[in-house]
Amino acid sequence: MQQHNQIAAVPYPQRSFLTRWRESDLWWSLKHSPLALGAAIVLLLIVLGAAFAPLLVSQNPFDMAQLDLLNAELPPAWEVEGQKEFLLGTDNQGRDVLAAILYGSRISLLIGAATVALSFAIGITVGLAAGYFGGRIDNFLMRIGDTILSIPTILVAILVTSMFRQILPANLREAMAALILVLAISMTSWVQYARTVRAATLVERRKEYVQAATLIGVRPLKIMLSHILPNTLTPVMVTATLNLGLAILVEATLSFLGLGMPATQPSLGTLIRIGNQYLFSGQWWVILFPSVYLCILVLAVNLLGDWLRDALNPRLK
Amino acid sequence: MLAFILRRIASAAGVMLTVAFLAFLIFRFVGDPVDMMLNEQATQEQRDALRERLGLNDSFLIQYGKFVARAAHGDFGISFRNQQDVSTLIGERFPATLELVLVATALSLIIGIPLGVITAIYRRSVLAETVQFASIVGVSLPSFALGIFLILLFSVKLGWLPAFGRGETVDIGFWSTGLLTSSGRRALILPSITLALFQITLVLRLVRAEMLETLRTDFIKFARARGLPNWIIYFRHGLRNCLMPVITITGMQIGNLIAFALITETVFQWPGMGMLFIQAVTFVDIPVMAAYLVIVSFIFVALNTVVDLLYGFVDPRLRAKGAMGASHAAA
Repeated sequence: MQQHNQIAAVPYPQRSFLTRWRESDLWWSLKHSPLALGAAIVLLLIVLGAAFAPLLVSQNPFDMAQLDLLNAELPPAWEVEGQKEFLLGTDNQGRDVLAAILYGSRISLLIGAATVALSFAIGITVGLAAGYFGGRIDNFLMRIGDTILSIPTILVAILVTSMFRQILPANLREAMAALILVLAISMTSWVQYARTVRAATLVERRKEYVQAATLIGVRPLKIMLSHILPNTLTPVMVTATLNLGLAILVEATLSFLGLGMPATQPSLGTLIRIGNQYLFSGQWWVILFPSVYLCILVLAVNLLGDWLRDALNPRLK
Repeated sequence: MLAFILRRIASAAGVMLTVAFLAFLIFRFVGDPVDMMLNEQATQEQRDALRERLGLNDSFLIQYGKFVARAAHGDFGISFRNQQDVSTLIGERFPATLELVLVATALSLIIGIPLGVITAIYRRSVLAETVQFASIVGVSLPSFALGIFLILLFSVKLGWLPAFGRGETVDIGFWSTGLLTSSGRRALILPSITLALFQITLVLRLVRAEMLETLRTDFIKFARARGLPNWIIYFRHGLRNCLMPVITITGMQIGNLIAFALITETVFQWPGMGMLFIQAVTFVDIPVMAAYLVIVSFIFVALNTVVDLLYGFVDPRLRAKGAMGASHAAA
């Protein structure tokens, strides 16, 4: 009893989030992996660039009033005819390519993040229900997932977007474009989360703390959300990171094919689609820079996901 | 064994019926087919006649049944856009896509396998690390961006290779091939590299992982003890044991590649099925969309099922457990 009091007397050190992060294994692993650290920095820069785009570039590339045709078709600043204020050149409407990229990356990142959030939510719900209840519910939910995965992802996404576009009246189509994309991409990507959560739930469900909670009469919903879920999140984080890269890629592909974001609010994919028209007219900068930016963005996310998978894998420690 | 075969085929048929149902749904409910097929001056009688002829007055289930029955006979109706038979349209485009996919598959094996072996043998070398990093880049590179880079470099800047089209083709019966003319072969180079890149990284990673596993086994140690030269150990004893999964994945990926070819085809204006599909999506040519969806899914599901069945023959354990393993691996 006395000993118990002694332990209780020692105040639990209140450490800030930052201190805890600095002492964590994850930070140690990140510090010792130059590739992952580089990817994290690049990703941070891209996100900051997207967030503060209006402060970084003087032109809002989608406000027609700010475009000047006199500045059209300027090459990048380092070429002979380039001008300093348009670092990466301009397109045929006098739009600053750098500004278009920064504003475009906002849309790409937002759609990517929203897709991850939505498929995360659907995936956890389905995975928890399937893993916890088992039996018929499990069979039914997982069979839906199998069927979705038995059709190539890009086809499902194209079909869903084109269906929504037909159902919606024409005046809503452009305004809802981002939402349609998020729904279409989440339609396939939730399955990965559901499988991951289900597998983890199957393991956790048999553990003693869950049995104890069931015995003292905690309701299933509470057990699932506050007992099992936190213990399944580690593998889900890896899935989420890798899926962010995939979501950005699929969005860019759909937009490139002309089924995604409209030219009035272009994502990086739309910019590449627009630039594709100038492929043979010598204005290579209009298409090259958005493409390179997209590649760097996806590469950074994938490198981080790869690192996270190894860093969180207990078998590799 | 019979029960296993039946179960696998039933599950494949279930997937195909679902796909056909989706295709039917868009066919029936995305817009009114009658409006799309007739012009605005059509009289009410003409509309009613067409409605009757298309069977749109039947009940929902009967219409679905008829759609499935016709699709199973290869009859997907008539294109809204150019009033041609959809199966003929797709038949004309199919050789272009399949040629592209097969050349890309061959490329992925020719490049992927040796690189995989080398990175497994010299695991710690600079070369292996570089290839390993390049393979992550390969996975991250959107295929349309890669296509654009290749066009900018080899067509626009250097002018070495054509950037669009198939070049000259030769008709052999119903099959039109670009492999027999030099312009056809030149036109294939950039698109097939673009399509193959992802597949190359896949094969590379697979071979590397399998080789690392195999090189640890006892029979490799025994081969070393016998004093066999290194290249015989690696290529005759090691690689051979890695090839089975490579063949499996390659076979199953062909369905995926056919679907992904639509991106490559759009970039290079390659006159294949994928470009036909994208045009159909843009012009809401629903019979073509439905047909493409059903055909590509059929190839995809059929390949998966065949692979699963073959695995069932080889490995009796899979027969007992519903044998979903191989199809999951493909996803």
